[in-house]
Amino acid sequence: MDLNIIWFILVGILFAGYAMLDGFDLGIGALHLFTKTDEERRLMINSIGPVWDGNEVWLVTGGGALFAAFPEAYATVFSGFYIAFMAFLLALIFRAVAIEFRSKQPMEWWRQMWDVGFAFGSVLAAFLLGVAMGNIAYGIPLNENYVFAGSFFDLLHPYTIITGITTVALFMMHGAIYGVLKTEGELHDKLRSWVQNTIIFFILSYAVTTVFTLLYVPHMASMIKAHPVLFVVPLVTILAIANIPREYTKNNDFRAFLSSSAAVISLLALFGLGVYPNMVYSFPYPEHSLTIYNAASSQKTLTIMLIIAGIGMPLVIGYTSSIYYIFRGKVKLTEESY
Amino acid sequence: MDVLLLSRLQFALTIGFHYIYPPMSIGLGLILVMMEGMYMKTGLEKYHNMTRFWVKVFGLIFAIGVATGIVMEFEFGTNWAVYSRYVGDVFGSALAAEGVFAFFLESGFLAILLFGWDKVSKKMHFISTILVAFGAHFSAVWIVVANSWQQTPAGHHIVGSGMDARAEIVDFWGMVFNPSTIDRLSHVIMGAWQAGAWLVISVSAYYLIKKKYQDFAKSSIKIALIVAVVASVMQLVTGHSSAVGVSENQPAKMAAMEGHYEESAPAPMYLFGWVDDKEQEVRFGIQIPGMLSWLITGDASAPITGLREFAPEDRPPVNIVFQTYHLMVAIGMVLILISLLGIFYWWQDTLFEKKWLLWIFVFAVLLPHIANQVGWIAAEVGRQPWIVYGLLRTSEAVSEAVSANMVVGSLVMFTLIYILLFAVFVYLLNEKIHHGPELAEEESLISGHRA
Repeated sequence: MDLNIIWFILVGILFAGYAMLDGFDLGIGALHLFTKTDEERRLMINSIGPVWDGNEVWLVTGGGALFAAFPEAYATVFSGFYIAFMAFLLALIFRAVAIEFRSKQPMEWWRQMWDVGFAFGSVLAAFLLGVAMGNIAYGIPLNENYVFAGSFFDLLHPYTIITGITTVALFMMHGAIYGVLKTEGELHDKLRSWVQNTIIFFILSYAVTTVFTLLYVPHMASMIKAHPVLFVVPLVTILAIANIPREYTKNNDFRAFLSSSAAVISLLALFGLGVYPNMVYSFPYPEHSLTIYNAASSQKTLTIMLIIAGIGMPLVIGYTSSIYYIFRGKVKLTEESY
Repeated sequence: MDVLLLSRLQFALTIGFHYIYPPMSIGLGLILVMMEGMYMKTGLEKYHNMTRFWVKVFGLIFAIGVATGIVMEFEFGTNWAVYSRYVGDVFGSALAAEGVFAFFLESGFLAILLFGWDKVSKKMHFISTILVAFGAHFSAVWIVVANSWQQTPAGHHIVGSGMDARAEIVDFWGMVFNPSTIDRLSHVIMGAWQAGAWLVISVSAYYLIKKKYQDFAKSSIKIALIVAVVASVMQLVTGHSSAVGVSENQPAKMAAMEGHYEESAPAPMYLFGWVDDKEQEVRFGIQIPGMLSWLITGDASAPITGLREFAPEDRPPVNIVFQTYHLMVAIGMVLILISLLGIFYWWQDTLFEKKWLLWIFVFAVLLPHIANQVGWIAAEVGRQPWIVYGLLRTSEAVSEAVSANMVVGSLVMFTLIYILLFAVFVYLLNEKIHHGPELAEEESLISGHRA
């Protein structure tokens, strides 16, 4: 296994970490407007209160690692998806400041305004992440200098819209399950009933995505066809999803959350397997694709980065886990809460 | 307008707005460590109240800093794709290190600062405060390393040519400790300490004038004044050392800072002036002859490289650099003066009666911010026409896949959002200040001003 493959996996892990962690934040945001009273909404926001910005750091670090390890891919994707990424930034800014600002004033219109900002930002961010992934899977037109040669509307077509919706559905399911874990009483029961709906929503959209992928984006399946042992990855996804209702009937909220997290991670792994060895697949000119080799930094940089990751990531995982441990249990509203 | 100019405007807007917040987090981070350290040492409730109040302010500042910071990371790729391809091998690792070593530390432990008062021990809370302050400082380290490499590239070689050329690392520590890193980092950190300190001084001075929360305000202002005086005096050292470095490594920038055109002539220092780029001279100025030569070399008659030694296409826009640089220096001097005055009257035990000075303190909160902004403008505009000094021109670095219309759209979007964000930030900060700290009952009974 060479350094390029290791970094492909490590960047993947950072983005998978982001999807697993900020995924439930975005899911909570997407479900936010379905709760009606101020207390319920405060509980929703405070369930992610201490952790959401740490979760967002996974995206920042993933983006930084992509920039450092595969600068060509970073430059091509970020400039090519210009309008989509600007909208994504808009969504993230609104999500972040809505959380911070909402609780600072008691007026109803004030809180309603930031509630809408929080929900709108969360749904849009999740949708655009899915659209971006759909485009990477489907392929985008690149010229011989690996520069995006299409327009914004080339990025929005049925396949990418479906992957966008699937991502929203996935995060809503993941967020509902996280919400169940963190709440009690009436809101807990409400969220529990939503878990079922969001699972159905997700399974339907995921099924459509899979059919579309196999029909129209067959290269996403070529790696698994060549190495049948890799079928274990989609199998884990299916088993993880199937396990969620099973844990619920036994009231194992935490295990249900772990299953949902496993589903998110295995979906990202499946995506990575499908894309590999490309970073950005060029369609209709596959010879202009950016791969993990022609998009990468020098071996020296990849080595330095591996040392940085080797020192830094255990620390990150260490204190991320201790912070989740400190804030374990049901969320309670106190004077420090949002 | 073309895509280059629009992208530059957008970058200037987004980085300028973002840079309101991280310096306050860095400076306030240090002050929080001092306040909570006093609480740990003395056990006095007032230090506890101080920490709690300023932690909440920190949280508000941090949230906007994070939200506007992600924009910066994205913008390298969205608007400056050619630059990103060129520098990724060098610049990217510093950015990734920033994420791994700084942001996780800061954001993770901030949760404990804000929400952990009843969940962890006092000691653990204090450790978290230290770690958050460390994280804030680390974030400055890596981004200033990356920016300094753009100013004074080192530790790299150029591979390929034309469209395929890019910088690759050969010596990581050579890149990290490039010739300007240490000077610029210390200058940035001291500027950040001033931004944090003057926020605390300003709010405390306001309370003292309004005769509210006196005990709280007196203790806060003392801690912050110490930071302010140390940082503002240190700024003389780091500023001087930076200037010497600039004249050595980026002579065109130094020449622009003083509007010095003549070749191989001793250079004066201007107190103020207006650069006429056409006539290549400084008008309406007052100068100290030979002062720049003396400051940089120790010899007032030593020649300093002038702008005429550079081809016109290799010169930065002179007047902008001249004006911003001089404004920064002037503000730096004012900050030294007023912080020393504060210390002097504190020592005389009459500080809290000097209303005129307290009023100056209330508005002085703006000074370090203006100095930070114009200082960065001088540094970045002074680097032009290069995006990576001597290696890559700004005009060649802009994304090819992006059209002017797209940047107009995003520029309008950022302008509107940032105006909204800033208005809401000022409103909420103002509310928080008027609401005041949550004090223990007995103290609020004495002062009779519980909000």
